[in-house]
Amino acid sequence: MTNRKVNSVLKYIFILICAFISVFPFIWMLIECTNSSADILAGKMSIGNQFMVNWHNAFSQTNLIGDFWNSLKIATGVTVLSIIVASLAAYGFQIYRSRGKNWVYSIFIASMMIPFSVLMIPLYRMVSKLGLINTAWAVILPSITSVFLVFFFHQSLETFPIDTIESARIDGAREFRIFWSIVLPQLRSTFAAAAIYSFMGAWNNYMWPLIVLQSDDQKTLPLLISGLSANTNFSIDYGVIMILIIISTIPIFLIFLFLQKYFVQGMTGANKG
Amino acid sequence: MNGVNEKTNRIGWWFIGLSIVGFAAFMIYPIVSSVKLVFSSLSGDSSTFVGFGNFVRLFHDTTFWSSLGNSFLFLIVEVPIMLLFAIILAVVLNSKTLKLRGFWRLLIFLPCVTSLVSYSILFKMLFSADGLINKFLENIHLISAPIPWLTDPTMAKIVIILALLWRWTGYNMIFFLAGLQNVSDEIYEAAEIDGASKIQQFMHITLPALRPIILFTAVQSTISTLQLFDEPMNITNGGPNNSSTTIAMYIYNVSFKYVPNFGYAAAMSYVVMFIILVLSVIQMKVANKDD
Repeated sequence: MTNRKVNSVLKYIFILICAFISVFPFIWMLIECTNSSADILAGKMSIGNQFMVNWHNAFSQTNLIGDFWNSLKIATGVTVLSIIVASLAAYGFQIYRSRGKNWVYSIFIASMMIPFSVLMIPLYRMVSKLGLINTAWAVILPSITSVFLVFFFHQSLETFPIDTIESARIDGAREFRIFWSIVLPQLRSTFAAAAIYSFMGAWNNYMWPLIVLQSDDQKTLPLLISGLSANTNFSIDYGVIMILIIISTIPIFLIFLFLQKYFVQGMTGANKG
Repeated sequence: MNGVNEKTNRIGWWFIGLSIVGFAAFMIYPIVSSVKLVFSSLSGDSSTFVGFGNFVRLFHDTTFWSSLGNSFLFLIVEVPIMLLFAIILAVVLNSKTLKLRGFWRLLIFLPCVTSLVSYSILFKMLFSADGLINKFLENIHLISAPIPWLTDPTMAKIVIILALLWRWTGYNMIFFLAGLQNVSDEIYEAAEIDGASKIQQFMHITLPALRPIILFTAVQSTISTLQLFDEPMNITNGGPNNSSTTIAMYIYNVSFKYVPNFGYAAAMSYVVMFIILVLSVIQMKVANKDD
């Protein structure tokens, strides 16, 4: 009995420490966005009165609104397009199986092992030949066909009742109509999970935008934050950086908070296999 | 399902069409053109055929080897610790006797909502010479002088590993937690009756049940750690003196930061691809060995 009690106490101590470590940088960030840059550097750990100053500086000293819009435009574009392409493809691979399609699907899956650095240079040359450097399309186009998303939808379609599709066929429904009005509504949580995954990835993408978005008015939030804190020409305003990091985190935080249920469901579905 | 008739087979291709166009343009085409790159010396628009010259050069490039070494160090040290912690956390969060499970789960997953750049900058600030971590350690008298976290070659790597652990443990935990939902409680109850200890239950029930997910997360983590870029770029910028430069960073530098040499960078990326292929195959072989 006492053994069990010790176990239980240990369990809570463990989870408490882990939770504290997870949350601490967030608390720190929220405290420091109210302090001046000098106070942040001095390690002040109490709430100050500089929030409005930092907030104002973040908007007046950086291209925050423009860069937020660039990030939003790219992330939304990638999410919508990649989900359409991947869900259609997964449906095609899963429901209309044939030797040729299985073969193509295997090539898709194998390509997940190819590191981005192999594609990076040819993609860069291609994008610049097309005149797309410094445009949102340079980031959106290469992300439209996401093999991982195809795999993700493919997995969740594995358990889809084929009978429903077949009886709709007997009723004379066209193939695309079946996909649109019968299959789609039933995969709602898969779509939500895929949307979160896709949006997060595009919103946080750093390396490829760093390569193709070079002009200041095209930058995304990660590029803005990274550029400001790597600045060596003049002193860095850490209060402003805190505001920027908070603003760039909020959309993902909200999406996750509201769609958490679907996210975990979708993940579980993808793993059941 | 081999017997789909020709008409349905054709309709199927229509569904797949868009993805094949995208795949051909942004995956197949770049790969094919990279093959030519690997054997040439290309900067700007002038390209000369150099055969295996890029690979010969690679052998004598000490920065290439040290960058590759750093990537491997992150892989070997960080990934096992992270996966172990992720499994333990998943088991604890899955236990029926734990109160407020949803709440704890949310807190543990919270680091995943930060962008890689944002959290890297936060870690850089926390671990700077006059940053909060040093202040705290000094205040509790654990150290008498600030630790040069970001300017010492070993410490810089440790900070990156700590940052990676903070950001990615909760992410992997979700996969294990999902996997544990498929293990029925009855197995544990039976083991309990047979007098198996918690540790024995973990070793003989939990771990084998999670094996496919351990394989999945290990392969994923291997592939992504060998491509590690955002964190070292923003926490240490590869410093001091390239001591925390990863292979992905070095390839980026050779392509876009130094005098660009696309052919040489492409050759290095092929080495990384080869390593990923070999490691993935080994991991799958090991995982399927006892079946």
